[in-house]
Amino acid sequence: MNEKTLFMLKKVLFYAFIFTVVAWIIIPLIVSALYAFSTKTDYYDPNKVIPTSFTSEWVKIILFTLGAWDGIKNSVIVALLTIAISFLLGVPAGYAIARYVFKGKDTIKLSIIALRMFPIPIMAIPLVVLYIKLHLVDTLLGVALAHTAMALPFVVLITSSIFASVDKELEEAAMVFGLTRFGAFKAITLPLALPGLAAAAMFTFVMSWNEVFVASVLTLKNRTLPAQTLSIVAGAAGGAAPAYYKFAAAFIMVLPAMLFIFFARKYLITMWGITLR
Amino acid sequence: MKIRSSHIPYLLILPAVAYLAFFIGYPLIQALYLAFTKNGAFSLDTVRRATSDPMFWQALKYTILLAITIVPLQLILALILALAVNGSFKGRDFAIYALVIPLTISDVAAGLIWYTMLADYGFLNKLLLNLGLISEPIHFFGYEYRMMEFLAIVIAEVWRATAIVFVILVAGLQMISKEYLEAAEVFGAGYWTRLRKIVIPMLKPSIQSALIIRTLFAMQVFGIVWILAGRDIPVLAGEGFYQLVEIKDYGVASIYALTIAALSILLGALYIKFLKAEYLEVRT
Repeated sequence: MNEKTLFMLKKVLFYAFIFTVVAWIIIPLIVSALYAFSTKTDYYDPNKVIPTSFTSEWVKIILFTLGAWDGIKNSVIVALLTIAISFLLGVPAGYAIARYVFKGKDTIKLSIIALRMFPIPIMAIPLVVLYIKLHLVDTLLGVALAHTAMALPFVVLITSSIFASVDKELEEAAMVFGLTRFGAFKAITLPLALPGLAAAAMFTFVMSWNEVFVASVLTLKNRTLPAQTLSIVAGAAGGAAPAYYKFAAAFIMVLPAMLFIFFARKYLITMWGITLR
Repeated sequence: MKIRSSHIPYLLILPAVAYLAFFIGYPLIQALYLAFTKNGAFSLDTVRRATSDPMFWQALKYTILLAITIVPLQLILALILALAVNGSFKGRDFAIYALVIPLTISDVAAGLIWYTMLADYGFLNKLLLNLGLISEPIHFFGYEYRMMEFLAIVIAEVWRATAIVFVILVAGLQMISKEYLEAAEVFGAGYWTRLRKIVIPMLKPSIQSALIIRTLFAMQVFGIVWILAGRDIPVLAGEGFYQLVEIKDYGVASIYALTIAALSILLGALYIKFLKAEYLEVRT
């Protein structure tokens, strides 16, 4: 075999590998979306690999009869509350870490990183006891408070790396021209950091949107979408829902998350790179 | 009121730290209290109740078994993919986009999606039957097929959570200065040598972060298992959830949570000890 064919062969193998992995990621998404809308007869027809007749019945039942629509509303409220609280607390901390040199900074930063790894169940289970006392059980605020504890370390680290990427000298120049530190922050740093902060907010949204353990443990009637889905398809009875309900539920859950990644894809890689080092 | 400027950073950080201290500290104390007291006095009664249940040891076994099956697979696959997309080729942007899609898919949704693929009347079985490759559907679900359920969880978890490892490694690769690689190439180092002597050592901090994150999250695996296997494959978080929601035994639930925490701390410490990052460059 000469060098040229070897090169071509390597190239073909490379593309075959990439193609296989990409197909492995994408095909289940397409199939579950198709099955979500397939009719019952098509689903149980062993000869129909790909359904040809479609209905929106299952999606509608999941949404309106089994409460997924309320779950969506609850999920959105919880996620927005989580963003609001975690940014209110996290952005000042992120700014401080990015801009000031102070004693104990590394220790604080390290502890915050360590808290990112904190197991969620150990937070959620005892919180039930506290929430009973505070009358927060089964409230969306209660879930949001717990989700904030989960998202806050992330918000601090990501905002600090976003602020650090905004040139310090621009802010100092603004201060030379008579602005206060806060004024300079508002006029210069904040607008420049805004796209990054928006990406961080979207990521916080997705974290909260996807979280199921805390939400399932802390709520009963006011469930978020994942918690509601879990109880529909795998409740105490243990997966009693018919298969086509499951596909419809999957479709409803995946759609918003995929929209997010479409909008935030530019930031995803840099965001994680900086935060995790 | 005048605030001393040296206090400002602390004041800015204080709310976040106080919040975290409360939401981590209080539950931790409460969990210890629930797990180790009875009628207000220290007691190992709850511990005995939890550990005398065979499900506890099953859950511990399956949690660890899942982690040691899934995490290495994810690391290897993500490393190969990250190295593959690090060069330029046609369709690279689309490939990266497709590979990070699962990043935003929750474990519950991933479980449901793979149920679609693997159920008796699911896509895989229908496809293989129609191609004539199998004559009976492959059963993935049900207590009798527990090993297949385990396999389904592994497939679904690798599908869903390899993306995060991939993203961390791609970000790490992008931070490696091209100059090292070019210099090595000038001195005649081939691809494998460069990979072994430069890329992998410099990628070590990223590999370490990815490993820690994935292993610790594997200790908490819940939604995907609950959807695909229910309690056929017991895991720690699932049993904790079951004890709390169905049995309403807060003490035993706390012991499951504390076991997860203890495992997490142990594994985190081990990783940091044995995977000390070597830096080829002095970082500022």
